[in-house]
Amino acid sequence: MNSKTKKVAFLGLLTSFALVLSYIELLLPPVISGVPGIKIGLPNIIVIFLLYKASLKEAALVSLVRIVLITLLFGNFVTFLYSLAGAAFSIAIMFVLKQIKAFSTVGVSIAGGVAHNLAQICVAIFLLETVQIAYYAVVLIVSGVISGTLIGLLGAMSVKYIEKIKLPF
Amino acid sequence: MLNEKKTLKEEKRKFLRNDLLLCAALIIVAVIIFLVFILGAEKGNCVTVLVDGEEKATYSLNVDKTIKLDAEDGNYNTLVIKDGKVYVSDATCPDKICVSHRAISKVGESIICLPHKTVVSITSK
Repeated sequence: MNSKTKKVAFLGLLTSFALVLSYIELLLPPVISGVPGIKIGLPNIIVIFLLYKASLKEAALVSLVRIVLITLLFGNFVTFLYSLAGAAFSIAIMFVLKQIKAFSTVGVSIAGGVAHNLAQICVAIFLLETVQIAYYAVVLIVSGVISGTLIGLLGAMSVKYIEKIKLPF
Repeated sequence: MLNEKKTLKEEKRKFLRNDLLLCAALIIVAVIIFLVFILGAEKGNCVTVLVDGEEKATYSLNVDKTIKLDAEDGNYNTLVIKDGKVYVSDATCPDKICVSHRAISKVGESIICLPHKTVVSITSK
């Protein structure tokens, strides 16, 4: 098998894994009832893994395919906008922070989690045409830090333990 | 080999410190936003009473006053204006949520009594 085929197969595998993680997250009850928007961000484990093990291109591609598929399966145009904005901004921020080599995986993941939430608040301000909800940034920054820490630890573990498998990139 | 281990350890420590700084910075930003929204809200000078979506009356916050707001079937809410703040001291509604609501004084804040379809909100005129 040539390396390109291997790579496509491997990215497909990771995409389906990310999709399953997205689905699991949809099934979970809200972390705090009545307070929307607080999520763990399980698919972000895959993004972190790819950012560290492959490159920005693979991480962005897998995220995009995951979001398109999850929208077709369970979402609508509005959820698509929220997901896309969150993912795009968080991947961009995580990539930059990873490149400057000043933070560990956990720090990168925290920044990504918060960036994801802030991008979604911006979409909400744009869609609902009200600046009032900006106060919600308080809740989402704190939840972004907590979930970012969790996902960062899991991501770091996946990067560390999958060392043994020979990756096609 | 030993040196390599040492630099790796140092790098880890640097990462941890930066991670913690990042966390601290984000939490501080969150606290600042919180304070801006809590403290930054403008103090109002009027209180407007809405019953069933209709504006019934507006009172100045500068004059201390006790007002009986009549609702249907002889029910009422007693509104108290004191020191630029407004609260409901007494009501005949079953849930008494309006009575337990803290005093309001900033623009946009409101006390709502659902059973009497009464909304008391702070405005600025």
